[in-house]
Amino acid sequence: MADQPLILGIETSCDETGVGIVRGHTLLADALASSVEQHARFGGVVPEVASRAHLEAIVPTMDRALKEAGVTLADIDAIAVTAGPGLAGALLVGVAAAKGYAVAAEKPVYGVNHLAAHVAVDTLEHGPLPEPAVALLVSGGHSSLLMVDDLANGVTPLGATIDDAAGEAFDKVARLLGLPFPGGPYIDREARSGDAAAIAFPRGLTAPKDLATHRYDFSFSGLKTAVARWVEARQRSGEPVPVADVAASFQEAVCDVLVRKAIDACRSNGVETLVIGGGVAANSRLRVMAEDRAARHGIRVRVPRPKLCTDNGAMVAALGSHLVASGVAPSRLDLPADSAMPLTQVSV
Amino acid sequence: MPQRYQPLSDIAARTTPSRPHRVRPPPRPAGPRPSGGRIGLLTVLVLVVDSSTPAVTAALVEVSAEGVALRAGRCTVDARAHGELLAPQVDAVLAEAGARPADLAAIVAGLGPGPFTGLRVGLVTAAAMGQVLDIPTYGVCSLDAIGYPAAAGEPVLAASDARRRELYWAVYDGAGERIAGPNVDLPAEAAVRARDLGVTVAVGDGAHRYADTLGLPVRVEPRYPDPYALARLAAGRIRSGAPSEQLTPLYLRRPDAVAATGHKSVLP
Ligand SMILES: [Zn+2]
Repeated sequence: MADQPLILGIETSCDETGVGIVRGHTLLADALASSVEQHARFGGVVPEVASRAHLEAIVPTMDRALKEAGVTLADIDAIAVTAGPGLAGALLVGVAAAKGYAVAAEKPVYGVNHLAAHVAVDTLEHGPLPEPAVALLVSGGHSSLLMVDDLANGVTPLGATIDDAAGEAFDKVARLLGLPFPGGPYIDREARSGDAAAIAFPRGLTAPKDLATHRYDFSFSGLKTAVARWVEARQRSGEPVPVADVAASFQEAVCDVLVRKAIDACRSNGVETLVIGGGVAANSRLRVMAEDRAARHGIRVRVPRPKLCTDNGAMVAALGSHLVASGVAPSRLDLPADSAMPLTQVSV
Repeated sequence: MPQRYQPLSDIAARTTPSRPHRVRPPPRPAGPRPSGGRIGLLTVLVLVVDSSTPAVTAALVEVSAEGVALRAGRCTVDARAHGELLAPQVDAVLAEAGARPADLAAIVAGLGPGPFTGLRVGLVTAAAMGQVLDIPTYGVCSLDAIGYPAAAGEPVLAASDARRRELYWAVYDGAGERIAGPNVDLPAEAAVRARDLGVTVAVGDGAHRYADTLGLPVRVEPRYPDPYALARLAAGRIRSGAPSEQLTPLYLRRPDAVAATGHKSVLP
């Protein structure tokens, strides 16, 4: 194990400052600083607030990661950093920091794709990823279905949300129900005591005419509006809103669409492995539903533990480790942060 | 087209006049390094970075008891590429000076004020390098590196572009000491404050841009923070081995509190 390269990963694409250290598929450190509380009162991530927080957090977070792993920057073989997609100003802090570390420590730097890193992080939990695999990435910022033929060199997008991200829908519905931000964990908790069949909320882009053009795409904006209308009608009639039932029914609708399309992608492409990542992968209902339905079709579901599903530095280090092991060349020192980095680009 | 990696030819030849009475007795030819972190009589290599204006600057300077001397510099004017340009420029000045990062004794960074996104590039680069090399980092107000070298006996207004039709500005007395600012204001407001302070001349990119509103003659140089001046303004701290400073940007504005929506939904 000791002869495998030691890789450091830096993540700053949204509101989490993450520094992770891995050797091969072994996680040595995963230090995180979050600015989530500073965004709570705005109901979403404020880019400038996030960028300021990254600048303050990066050095202490690096310190913690190095201590946790018991290594120094001189021991590191390569530095990986999220180059995109994400918030432009936030990404730039991480990319500039990574270059500073790389120049000073005279190490190579890899600018990597955040979404591919969400897939790669599962290798820290379950070992090498069988290829091809289908990946479902769902968070407050992204909702994508991907075909992973070769994680080191290219990932093929199958579909994505055409409006809100899944996690964003959770946040908005939570706000509607008077639950705190970020909404995911609160909806999940409320839903446990609710009836998922109480209200029939719409399943976006699942009608035959939609499937013809958006087979693997998602839409959560209509669902969010339907929940708002339902809640408003209840309030107008003077009746109490059954928060647990609304949460459970909403969550069921989101998970149903996500799992249905992910399994369809696996079956129609003859793929036997489904990887789920992103913050919404921490949702308890999504995990159970995916495993139940996948098992019926002989598909194996891989979901890393919740802490690795949300944004972190370990995922970036995991992808960096995979790139180094695959012999991919490092990035140039003038690598840009790219807020709209395409999935077909795994590293810059 | 942005200019890439132009040497700072205009400042390359300059060195500080020697000031023998300010520091230390005359050098001993050899001996142990002075204790207590003081560089004393040694000459140390210092990296200077500034990304507070459209000019992205990296320079290597030598700081000794006698003064400050520029060894290598790169400055590129491109308001949209701070993140791309700075690290290669740091690499380039090190290569030009035949130095390795481990040879650095300190890093000086311009703290702004400046447009936030670009400003952070210089500060996080300096902080990261300082952490790896375990050397102190020192901050200097970037406007000081315009106003201080421009001062010549009369009060001067130094200004850089703050976008949104505003200026980052400060006023310096005839000796280059800051007597007002740094602030961010409309050019007309800055002009009133400057006139109250007896300012007769303006300097800096912001002064060029709003010369009509300011109603002051504009000195051509320096247009952007001068790395040599940044080093001189931190030289006292470098020589005395002052504790490392956290590089906190001079933001002067509160963040726009508008939450992002769907920012990562980048696929068609
Ligand atoms: Zn993410």
